[in-house]
Amino acid sequence: MGMTIAEKILARASGRKQVAPGEIVEAAIDVAMTHDIEGPMVVQGLRELGAKKVWDPSKIVIVFDHQVPANSIDAAINHIMLREFAAEQKIPNFYDVFEGICHVVLPEKGFALPGRLIVGTDSHTVTYGAFGCFATGIGSTDMVAVFVTGKLWFRVPESAKMTIEGKLPKRVGSKDLILKIIGDVGADGETYRSVELVGAGMRYISMEGRMTMCNMGVEMGAKATIVPPDDLTKRYLGGRAKGAYKPVYADADATYVEEHTYDVRNLEPQVACPHRVDDVHPVREVEGVEIDQAFLGSCTNARLEDLIEAARLIKGRRISKGVRMLVVPASREIYLEALRQGILSIFAEAGALIEAPGCAACLGGHVGVLGPGEVCISASNRNFKGRQGSPEARIYLASPATVAASALKGKITDPRDV
Amino acid sequence: MSRAWVFGDDVDTDQIIAGRYLVKLDPRELAKHAMEAADPKFASEVRRGDVIIAGRNFGCGSSRERAPLALKAAGISAVVAESFARIFYRNAINLALPVLTCAGVHKGFKTGDKVGVDVRGGKVQNLSTGKTFKAEPLPDFLSEIVHAGGLLRYMKKRSSF
Repeated sequence: MGMTIAEKILARASGRKQVAPGEIVEAAIDVAMTHDIEGPMVVQGLRELGAKKVWDPSKIVIVFDHQVPANSIDAAINHIMLREFAAEQKIPNFYDVFEGICHVVLPEKGFALPGRLIVGTDSHTVTYGAFGCFATGIGSTDMVAVFVTGKLWFRVPESAKMTIEGKLPKRVGSKDLILKIIGDVGADGETYRSVELVGAGMRYISMEGRMTMCNMGVEMGAKATIVPPDDLTKRYLGGRAKGAYKPVYADADATYVEEHTYDVRNLEPQVACPHRVDDVHPVREVEGVEIDQAFLGSCTNARLEDLIEAARLIKGRRISKGVRMLVVPASREIYLEALRQGILSIFAEAGALIEAPGCAACLGGHVGVLGPGEVCISASNRNFKGRQGSPEARIYLASPATVAASALKGKITDPRDV
Repeated sequence: MSRAWVFGDDVDTDQIIAGRYLVKLDPRELAKHAMEAADPKFASEVRRGDVIIAGRNFGCGSSRERAPLALKAAGISAVVAESFARIFYRNAINLALPVLTCAGVHKGFKTGDKVGVDVRGGKVQNLSTGKTFKAEPLPDFLSEIVHAGGLLRYMKKRSSF
């Protein structure tokens, strides 16, 4: 019987020839990632268990990104704890406050490779599926088990397939497409499933755009979101890949519980309205909503391509009076490149605030916290009640182009009109 | 006597415990802010043994294990929902917080109803109305983890490290 990409990776990692959805397998983990929020909980769990050594320091990656640099004594204590742990366990791939968001750093440093099985203590670990690997989020106690044994149990997920046809129009991005899909299937539409993003249309979408799409797979409940590797994947990984890799593709007779096709040629800019990721509308329907803050950041949409797209609209103009625009490049590599290309000065001259790489305003625990009644248009992934601060604030999710256009006008604006 | 706290569909992890509290490691500190965005009275009024009854997709969003940890520390003895988001579900089991999937349960309760939960038997009772709901049984090995007191105790017991 044919297998999907998820089934093939889980079969390989659990030493079986064949696996089927619903089966429980114990699989060997290729890369285990944790960060400054969940990492301290993992260390606490290891101590509780009395475990002295991790199974393989070279397979662990630790990234500080949520509270960087530390914004409270508690955050600083967590950082100290994790730094000491990394040193004591001799973990070579430890990235302190300087590198950026884990989901951008792992691909940049070549850990996200086709065919791998990757777990991370963060729900957006699904991002790495853009490289044709099976990557999923787990909690800190599961990570304790991984750190000690190198293995974890998985229920083999059912797979679904989304076929993308055509090329996205100008000013319409991969974020608009994934928002449209989430709006259609719902916030739990793909729960427990592995979703494969395939079709000729995906070939036109850059690695950055694919990461944006896979990143938000979890907002429809997916356990993994996977793009079959191609030449773009290979090109991105050239000079980055940490180790050899072997791309995995689905068999022609693999089983999918659901299939959708999207022709994106006439797709319009989309926005997810508060407080639901699946309350998605064309920007045209919510135009004119006044905003207090515009956030261009997060593991979803703060890669170089996103900054360039937003800068094209902002160049030579001023951010609307009274609007706070926050630009947070997702990693140091992106920050430096944006600096070299003059992108950061375009934002700064327009009146935007530029912050150091990290999760920043996305989760309301660091910079750019919203107050009661405030409205934010955000390039991030979640508009849950209270996500970016006050439960009485409202968050609209949109593409970098829509965020930029809205920052210029002071209200939600279709980027095709700017 | 356990009381029901009823919530709707898609209760996300930011409502269960907001991002700004994630720097805290002490479960008692987290408990003070449990369910804050969904119901500001919850943390001060919840009693040990109370049960959360919810709609679909409970715990969607983040992988933060402080979500089930905060509920447990607040005194919640079980979460019964129409369905769960997968990471929350695993995290709850790993912390020995029983999570039961139970069709029709959301409409069968109002906040304040008396509730009886039989985790092993997969039975949820509204003791105020007399109605009984059948929950899906936990797969055996998940049930073992819950009854061992969570994944870490289960691992210790089996010396699987």
